[in-house]
Amino acid sequence: MNEVILQARHINKSFHDPVTVPVLHDINIAVNKGEFVSVVGKSGCGKSTLLYILSTMDTDYEGELFIDQERITNKKEKQLARIRNEKIGFVFQFHYLLNEFSVLKNVMLPGLKLNRYAEKEVEHRAIERLKMLHIDQLALKNANQLSGGEKQRVAICRALINDPIIVIGDEPTGNLDKKNGQIVFDIFQQLTAEYNQTLLIVTHDQTFADHTNRIIEMEDGKIIRQ
Amino acid sequence: MNYKLIFNISASLLLARWKQTLVAAIGVTFSITMFITLLSFMTGLNGLLDGLILNRTPHVRIYNEIKPNKNQPVNVSGQYKKSYNFIKSIKATGSRQEIYNSGAVMQSIRSDLRVLGFAPRITAPVLFNTGTIDITGVINGIDVLAESNLFHFNDYIITGAAVDLNNVPNSIILGKGVAEKLLAEPGDVVQVTTSQGGIVPLKVVGFFQSGLQDFDKVQCYASINTTQKLLGKPNNYITDIQVKLKDINLAPAVAKEYSTLFQADTEDIQTANSQFETGSFIRTLISYAVGITLLIVAGFGIYNILNMMIYEKMDSIAILKATGFSGSDVNRVFLVIALSIGFFGGIVGLFFGFLLSNVIDQIPFKTAALPTITTYPVNYDPAFYFIGATFSLVTTYFAGFFPARKASRVDPVIIIRGK
Repeated sequence: MNEVILQARHINKSFHDPVTVPVLHDINIAVNKGEFVSVVGKSGCGKSTLLYILSTMDTDYEGELFIDQERITNKKEKQLARIRNEKIGFVFQFHYLLNEFSVLKNVMLPGLKLNRYAEKEVEHRAIERLKMLHIDQLALKNANQLSGGEKQRVAICRALINDPIIVIGDEPTGNLDKKNGQIVFDIFQQLTAEYNQTLLIVTHDQTFADHTNRIIEMEDGKIIRQ
Repeated sequence: MNYKLIFNISASLLLARWKQTLVAAIGVTFSITMFITLLSFMTGLNGLLDGLILNRTPHVRIYNEIKPNKNQPVNVSGQYKKSYNFIKSIKATGSRQEIYNSGAVMQSIRSDLRVLGFAPRITAPVLFNTGTIDITGVINGIDVLAESNLFHFNDYIITGAAVDLNNVPNSIILGKGVAEKLLAEPGDVVQVTTSQGGIVPLKVVGFFQSGLQDFDKVQCYASINTTQKLLGKPNNYITDIQVKLKDINLAPAVAKEYSTLFQADTEDIQTANSQFETGSFIRTLISYAVGITLLIVAGFGIYNILNMMIYEKMDSIAILKATGFSGSDVNRVFLVIALSIGFFGGIVGLFFGFLLSNVIDQIPFKTAALPTITTYPVNYDPAFYFIGATFSLVTTYFAGFFPARKASRVDPVIIIRGK
């Protein structure tokens, strides 16, 4: 249980436009395998900024980042894309499904990009994950025919297609009503409990955070409690 | 690199916006169609107009010019070698217009590998006698078979047949203009006075029309034998040898060489008809310019549509990048979109271009000047289709280049945070 999946060391970040404003100050985090971690804090405290740094999409920071014991800082754009594809699953506040594709194809896309399995196998794995979340009956629908809750569940399936070592969420329940939010939370809980999936979720929702294994609380670009 | 996936994503984006895609593709189709049609028609016309002259003009002509002798006796004389001689009132010597030793000359030309063929000729100025007046004309004694093969003589016979010159003794084919003046019909006999003063009756077996009015008012044709008899010359008497080369560009060099070799005057086609090449070149240049302009305009259309597509698909690009597609993958997706618009638009354009030039080919085009032409001339050169296809791909590539680069630089953080 003590294998460290994600580690951030002395991360500092400032916005430089139009004047230099420090947003993150000396952040140190370690996330272990199988942990369900939530990051809470008020709007503007830098939690989303931190999340994008941890997810390798934002490379403009000082400090060091390790994913799966591998140093990520200063890697090339192509390598980072590969790491995101292989090791990280994303769930955002907005679902970001591609309307041009069916639900199944949306889930398959990162798997096809990874190109580790044949197309048939990727399809099989996608259906497995849809079944796990009880939305396999929607597989052949177009993404824009789904309800908000369903879309978010499809997005979770997409995040899981490549067996990521960590799933990162940016307010995944932020756009959902209470019932759907609960469903999504239950899915996350099931993932940690049954599949030992590591989760790092930024949230506004205190009750959501209270039910996670560990809460990281941020204020003014610093971690005040973890 | 997973190209299948990239093509798949490109196809989906294209089909999701199929109306815009269609408009862009129609732009390319239209410009390629016009490009092909324009070039086929223009070069067809060029070929026709050039053919009017060039087909009938020998690449190299060997003859003896009427001119004063270069070697005047006083210059040759050893006694006055060191003096500066003024000679007044020199007259041209036209006594020997024939090519010396014509048999050997022809033998030597025949064995030259650069030569496609040659046609000997005798030019005899004559007077046609009708009633009280005489009409000037020129009888060309020709080798009918060689003339037909090399200079399309057959194409310009509007009545009768060229071979009759060989089959009917003492026969003549009159220029259309000459025939109208003489009121002659095939089968009639015309009286011809030669420059030596003899009067010979010749039987009309056909009419000739070149399309050049002045030419047709003067020129008539008879066989070489008939002309030799007319002039009272032996059967090795030849005044002209018209040579057609395999490569027209060699003409000036060959002309120079023959001039010294056979000690005769020579003239090459480039010197005789330089203005035709210039005209053809300018017309072709204009066609290319118009075609390429059309394609560039279509390219801007594609550029616009791709730019709009990128703004519309910002979210999709962001999530693709978030889930592991690199900038170069996204770049490829949009380049594939641009190139497939170019490819399919181009293919359809080539097809329509072919159809349209085919339609032009069917339009009747009859003119007295060109007896063998019945429809507009069209040149179906595969090179135009190749150039059209290449240009459609190249322009769409450049039209897609900048939008694709922009798409590849989309920062997913900015898009996702903005929501």
